Order: sequence, then structure tokens, then C-alpha cells
Amino acid sequence: MTDKNIKLKEESRAPVSSSVQKFAAPQNEKAIGATITVTIDDKQIKVPMGTTILEAAKKLNIHIPTLCYHEDLCVAGVCRICAVEVEGQRTLQASCAYPITAPITVRTHTRKVRQARRHILDLLLSKHYGECYACARNNNCELQALAKEYGVDFFRFGHPDKPRFEVDRSSYSVVRDMDKCILCRRCVRTCIDLQEVGVLEVAGRSEASKVETFVDKPLGEVVCINCGQCINRCPTGALRANDPADEVWAAIDDPAKHVVIQTAPSPRAGIGECFGLEPGQPLTFQMNTALRLCGFDKVFDTNFSADLTIIEEGTELLIRLYKALVQKDKSVALPQFTSCSPGWVKFLEHFYPEYIPNLSSAKSPQQMFGAVIKTYYAKLMKIDPKDIVTVALMPCSAKKFECNRPEMCDSGFKDIDYGLTTRELAQMISEAGINLPAMEKSDFDDPFGTATGSGVIFGATGGVMEAALRTVIELVTGKKVENFFDHADIIPVRGMEGIRYAEIPIKEVGPVPDLVKHVVKDWKWLKGATLKVAVAHGTANAKRVMENIKAGGKLSECHFIEFMACPGGCIGGGGQPIPTSPAIRAARARAIYAEDTAYEVRKSHENPAIERIYNEFLKEGPCSHLAHKLLHTHYTPRGKYIV
Amino acid sequence: MSETYTAPLTFSKVKAGKGLEAALELDRAGVINEITASGLKGRGGAGFPTGVKWNLAAAAKDPVKYVVCNADEGEPGTFKDRVILTDHADLVFEGMTICAYAIGAKKGILYLRGEYTYLQDHIEGILRKRREAKLLGKNAGGKKGFEFNIEVRMGSGAYICGEETALIESLEGQRGEPRNRPPFPVNTGFLGHPTVPNNVETFAWAATIMSKGSEWFKKIGTDKSAGLKIFSVSGDCKQPGVYEFPLGITIKELLKAVGGLDAKAVQVGGASGSCVPAREFNRKIAFEDVATGGSIIVFGPQRDMLKVAENFMEFFHDESCGQCTPCREGNGKILEGIHMLQQGKCSMHYLRELCALGETMQLASKCGLGQTSPNAFLSIVKNFPDEIMGRAGAAQE
Repeated sequence: MTDKNIKLKEESRAPVSSSVQKFAAPQNEKAIGATITVTIDDKQIKVPMGTTILEAAKKLNIHIPTLCYHEDLCVAGVCRICAVEVEGQRTLQASCAYPITAPITVRTHTRKVRQARRHILDLLLSKHYGECYACARNNNCELQALAKEYGVDFFRFGHPDKPRFEVDRSSYSVVRDMDKCILCRRCVRTCIDLQEVGVLEVAGRSEASKVETFVDKPLGEVVCINCGQCINRCPTGALRANDPADEVWAAIDDPAKHVVIQTAPSPRAGIGECFGLEPGQPLTFQMNTALRLCGFDKVFDTNFSADLTIIEEGTELLIRLYKALVQKDKSVALPQFTSCSPGWVKFLEHFYPEYIPNLSSAKSPQQMFGAVIKTYYAKLMKIDPKDIVTVALMPCSAKKFECNRPEMCDSGFKDIDYGLTTRELAQMISEAGINLPAMEKSDFDDPFGTATGSGVIFGATGGVMEAALRTVIELVTGKKVENFFDHADIIPVRGMEGIRYAEIPIKEVGPVPDLVKHVVKDWKWLKGATLKVAVAHGTANAKRVMENIKAGGKLSECHFIEFMACPGGCIGGGGQPIPTSPAIRAARARAIYAEDTAYEVRKSHENPAIERIYNEFLKEGPCSHLAHKLLHTHYTPRGKYIV
Repeated sequence: MSETYTAPLTFSKVKAGKGLEAALELDRAGVINEITASGLKGRGGAGFPTGVKWNLAAAAKDPVKYVVCNADEGEPGTFKDRVILTDHADLVFEGMTICAYAIGAKKGILYLRGEYTYLQDHIEGILRKRREAKLLGKNAGGKKGFEFNIEVRMGSGAYICGEETALIESLEGQRGEPRNRPPFPVNTGFLGHPTVPNNVETFAWAATIMSKGSEWFKKIGTDKSAGLKIFSVSGDCKQPGVYEFPLGITIKELLKAVGGLDAKAVQVGGASGSCVPAREFNRKIAFEDVATGGSIIVFGPQRDMLKVAENFMEFFHDESCGQCTPCREGNGKILEGIHMLQQGKCSMHYLRELCALGETMQLASKCGLGQTSPNAFLSIVKNFPDEIMGRAGAAQE
């Protein structure tokens, strides 16, 4: 029934950033010669052929410092801080880039190694302009940590007292301060190899080399999708998100303003990391208390609008399917693509603008909530919407761009005023002197208080799809989804595989529920049909899916595809705590699914607040005129030239 | 022909086509054995045994292999490849063809230095003639089933692209930057396929060896450095130009031949080589003593050695690809230090720091550029301390 791990051709791969080479390790680990013994600092370990010295050292609990190395990225071997001495070799070797293919003996802290590492730090510091205490990455900077580790107590080769570059603040999402760049090229590899967007590249030679956009344009004027994955992998403060905390504080301090904050699922799964907790420990309800202490007037759960998104997007899908299958309307664009990841939306607008009709017109949960707050909520609370300031706590840097899209003013005001990342909120909380993990728990505010598990799992890749399927299956069959999937866990769409595909056969249909009666009369036309869905996370995988669709491949037969710009989905978003790694993202995802299980209501259409808003406000139902005005949007075919 | 003075070269006496003919009579292993037996080592400077390199590529299991001729001759003071390509390009292509036969490659690429664009037509003309003579193409050299073609690709003036893996990156259309090694090009080279990159001169010698026999070559030179070598001699001597000497020749003998016996130092191996002072002129030019890719720069008694160091460091400061930290930042620091020395503002203490930095660059840089760029500076500091210290307004420690 499902084909979870779909493999697509690698041909569409973008040019690699530079020299990405992998040692071809033997497939069978038990084959003769498949393993090899390596000696590191007199300790021995047997490792598979082709294991790097760094990986082998990790297994032995031997610490080797790294800067340009990142678990998510291809090896560069450019910073040289991980240099080690390999017996019999004249030069030191970069342990991150050295595959072990012979029984070598390695020493990790000889005189030569220590001297080289110290020199490398001294050289980097001789170009690293800025003071640590005036940096967004103070105390979370890999260069700073290494300077401490290696006892840097003076600047051997000097230290700049003047900036060389202007800080690039042209992007709504990402700020680039090249004076702090140490040319580790992680951002370049993130952009080219991990995300396959390719906005950043190294230009110039020698000391003049620097990370540049196309012809050194401001970041706001190139095809950057604002995913912020480069920020998450920058070892220093050279890349950071555009922080609106000052404006948010100003709004809080203004007694005339009613400041509401909505919090997305992923930040609560990650924010603990900013307060020293291990990844995967959610602080949902502690955060509610802290936010009120900070001075927010209301704390809402984005899960409400995630549920709203499911209803709108799900209805849209049913309409599309009806038009395509029953009315045989050839102009209907299928598969329908999700639109809640603003990085993905901009990626599509730039690189596949001809597929804009496939994008769901439903706004993202963040923007739906903004429009609802400044209309429905304002009316309910009798507050003039001009006095409402909407803040969105998101795991995302692209959300900052999204809320500044000119079309996102359907309430008559800017629907969302500020997008705040997990990191930035952690900073505000600590500025308010609050120890977040020690906070007592408190609930979200009404009238959007009750959330569902479906909203929560939006944070992990596959979550939107799972939430949508739970609702669609129940609406269509009239039966509990638990009849088809144990505990309503739709396992086939879960996981961390880059692209997942699933088929859901619709064997039986029920009566059409009231919610969508204005859309279809009966479900007969769906009986016996097979719903084909796919999930992709990370724009590199999204690109693979798009190329497959373009070529008329298997995925072009899909009805609905979930796309997330960031690896792992929102839990790996560009606004989440730094560092990131596959293990950290998996831990955050586990926290999200645990929260889902704990909810009493786990399906969007059963959310009482949702029922209420369709009864009281959006009376004509999902995808009706008013719903379209407030909850749906349109897109811009940007191509590679319009930003 | 070339305006550069050129001493008589063995290449002039080699009968065209004879080497290839001899090679095609052998099987692939036979060719590699012959090259290995000759003791030929790479003439680009690193001196890797050519037979071993060919054998590794031949052993690699991949139906697609490449032969790359590195004609990105960019080392300051090196111009012998230009002369070889001007006068003996045919022999170079013959060597490439022999290599292709030995390793099983169908395609060869000559990567020509951007500044040598004027040679492109001449080289393409020779290739055309070879194609017409059926020495290239299907059944090349009349050998059934042996197919080989050569294409000329132009560099764009970056010194680093002379480094073999940067050259391959450049061929692939990437920014010319060295790769991590291992894996080496013989396993993972151009487009991920086994590739033999050799210097222009190496291919010419390979063809010569196949023509004259490995015994002839092996007898010349020293045990570890067999055969003849082409030198580019420049600087303060009576007759700069291109010379051929057996390896193992002492610097003194060489200076005598070029009319530079009054030299106070000789830079052997170009900017990335080492600066040998007069008292060491009895040293041999050979892989086991003073290694060289063929560049000899003679410094007469009137030369300012600090100026020499400055000149070299300016070159590297300009040409580092900027990829790895030691080379990107280190060259600039040493150049700064030289300027400080010139103004008498460099303390002994800081000079020691710079020498240690030089050692780090030699040890920790990613490729040969950074690993050798401090050589000239370090050897000048070591051999001419009196000359570089105590300049005007000296601030002594």
C-alpha cells in the first residue's frame, strides 16, 4: 500500500560547491577488508574502510576541534583546524577529509598540531572584526569556543579595529555581517549542496576571497528563499536572522497596543535548547507563562490556524479533485502543493513559477491567524484592529519575509506585524530575567485555546500531510480514521527520508458532512479511488520531486504533495536553536509526535474553536467568499530575476 | 620558433612516432613496465613516479578514464613547457597517446595556460595533423580497438589551476580549487573517473623512453633521479634560456654552463622552491637533494634578498585560492612581515613567530601551494639573516 522510501534519479543535482568527493565504502561491512584498524593517540579501533579520522576519533571519545565540518554538509577540509599528524606523512592531515584506507597511526595533539591549530585561530581572529559581547552568537559561537579551548590570550597576528564590509540588512529574513565571516563555507555548502538554491558562492582569491551573492548584490535582491539554513550552520555571527525584538518590546511597552502572540509547534520543541536543556524537551506551557510575564496580552496557539489551514486546504483539494474527476476539468492543477512553508513557496516562485497554479491558495497558518485576529477576534473583543499588534513565534526566518509580503494585508492591516524566531524569543525571555524551564505551566488563551494534535505535527516533515489525511479520511468515509490507522498515526507519511510516497485507497464513502456540503453533494465519485500523496523536505528534495513531475514521472500522478523548505520540516527551521544536526532534529520531531499523542482532540475538524469560527464568522464554510478573502492568497511568478 | 635561447634538446633527435609504434607492439602492462623501469618521475616538480601513477590508473576499475596534460605552466621562472609545446608538441601528444593506451583511456585533455593562448592554433594544427595521420581517433596508430582523442582546453590565468586537482575542478567548470586528497585523481579524477595528470615534459619523456628504451634513460642521472631534465634558467646569468641536463647535476656545474658562477644564491624550483645560498652550490639538483620542476633563478651579488622574498610572497599572496586558512591568511601575514623588515620594524620575536607560521603553512595547508609558499621566505631568513635584519630605522628587540 505504501512505498515509503522513494528513490529518484540524482540527475537533477545542482553543481556541487567544490570537490564533493566521497570515498566509496564497501557495501557489505562483513566482507574481507571491509574494516580496518586505526590507532589514534595509542587507542585502537576497528572501523569500516573509508571512515574519516574524525569519525573514528569520535568513536574513541577523542575530541578533535572542527570549524568547517558540519554533520549535515559535504566535507570541505578548508579551515584545517582539525589537522592531525598521521605517522609517515610529511604534512598534517585534515581529519574530517581523510578517509582511512590503511592501518594508520594518528596523533591528535602533538607540538605541530597544537601550533597549527593555534596559528589557524590566530589567523582567523586577525580578520574577525567585532566584539564578542556585541554579537548575536555570544556564548554560542564556535570560533569563540575554540579560542577558549586553545587558550587564546592575545592576538598574535593582530585584530581588526575597523570593519571592512557593510552589514547587509536588505533581506527581511537574513542579515549578513561579512566582517565576522571566517570563510568556512558552510553557508555556501548549505545553499548549494544541502538546499540546492545556490545564492551564495565564494568569489575572489586569497585574502580577498569572500562569500558573495550573484555579482555581490544585496541578499534581498537575489533568489534567496529565506530558509535560514545558512544561519543554522554558520559557526559565528556572520549570518543571523533579522531580529524585530526591539519593535516587539516597544509594542509591549505601549499601553495603547494590544499585543498578541501566536506560537507555532516547533519553537516549543526547541526553545529548551536555548536554556541548556537536551533537545526534545518541549516547554509549551512554561512558555505560555513566560510570554505573559514578558507582557504579551494574549498567547494563542498557532495550532488553531493550522487546523484552519487543514480545513481550507483540504476543502480546496476536494474541490480540485471533484473538478478534475467528475467535471473532467482539464485546467485544474494537480497535484496540489502545500503552501505553509514560505521558503518552499518562494523556491517555487523562483525556480518553478509555471507550477504556481498547483500551490494551494490557502495561506500559511501564521498568516491565517493574523487575518483572523485582526477581524474575527477584534470584533469579538471589541478592539480596534489598528491597536492590535500581532507577533508570530516561528521556527522560521522565511516567515519574516512572508509577513511582509504586500498581499498579506487582507484584514485591512498588516495581518502579522512581526515574525519572531525561537532564538529571538529565548533572548527576550532571558532579557526579562525569566528562567523558562522553571516556569509553572499555563494554558493558551481563548477563544483559540483548544488545539489539536493535528496542528502540532505541522512542525515535523509529513505532519501537514498526516493532519490533512486524518481530516479528509473522516470527512469522506464518515468513519473514524482509527479504523484505518492505529491510533490515527499515519505512519507511512512519517519519517526522515527525503521523499516519501503513499497510496491511500478509498474503499468506502459516507455521507457528506455539513462542513463541506456547499462544495460536493456526495462522495460516490471517490469510491474505489486511490489517493496518492507524497512528502518532501529540504528544497533539494523538493527539486527532485519537481523534476520528476516535470518529466511526467510517478509523482506527477499524485493528488497532494507536502513540501517543506527545511530539512526535517519546521523543527529544523532557520529560526531554531543552533546547533542543528540530524539527531537534534529527530529529537525535536519525537517531542512533537509525543505532544500529538497527548492531545484529546487530534483531528482538525473536531477542534471546537474551528467549529465555532465556521458557525459564527466564516458562516458560508471553507473556501467560501469570506474565507477566500481572509484565508487565501495569491503568488508571484518571480522567476530568477524578480525578487 | 621560440625566441627563448634553447640549448640542444634530446627531443629534437627523437624520431616522431617511433615511441608510439614501440608501445603499441607491447601490451598495456608492457608499456607500464617500460616506463616504470626507466625510473621516470613527474617533471612538474612533485616527482611522483610516472610508472606507478599509470599503473594505479590502469588498475582502477572504470570503463571511462582520462589522460590530462598539465600545460598550465605558471611557476614563476618556468618556461620550458612553452618551449616544448612550441617545438615538440607532437612528442607530447605521442606521450599522451602512449599513456592512454597503457591505462585504457579514450580521451585526453591538454589544459593550456591562459597566457599561452597564442599557442593554441599551433597546437590545434599539430593535433589536426595527428588526426589526419590516424595517430588519433579510432584504431589510433593502426592499433585495432584502440581509440583516443585529444582536446585542448584553455585555462584562465589562475596559478592554482596548475595544481592537478584544481586543474580538474577547472576542467569540470568549477572554481579552480584543490580537492581533498585522498582520493587521488588516479582513482577519482575528471568527472569522478580515473585520471592521469602529467606535466608536458613528462609526456615528452615518456614518448622518448618508449622510443629509446628505458635502459638508456635509467643510465643517466642518479639512482633516485633518473634521466634528463629540462631547465628554465633565468635571472643574473650570461645565457638565460632552456637547457637540458642530467638530474644529479650540481648547482655549481649548472651555473657554470649558464654563466652565473658569481651568484650569491639560486632559487631552485621556482617561487615555491627553495633558495640555495652560494655555500651550498655543491648540492645536487635531484629529487633526493634539491628538487625542482625545472625553474632556476640566479641571483647575482647585487640582488636584495629581502626584495626577492617580497617578490615571491606578493605572488603567492595574489595567487592563493583562498580556500584554506593557513594559505589564505598566512601569505599576507608573511608579506606584511617582509614590509616590516624593510622598514626595520620587525622585531626578532615577531620574525620567529612568522617563521613558525611558515612551518604551520608548510604542514597544514591543503595543497602544494600553501605547503611551499613560505619556502623562499624561510630559506632567505635562514641563509641571509644579516642581509634582511637591521634595515633603516631598525627597531631592535
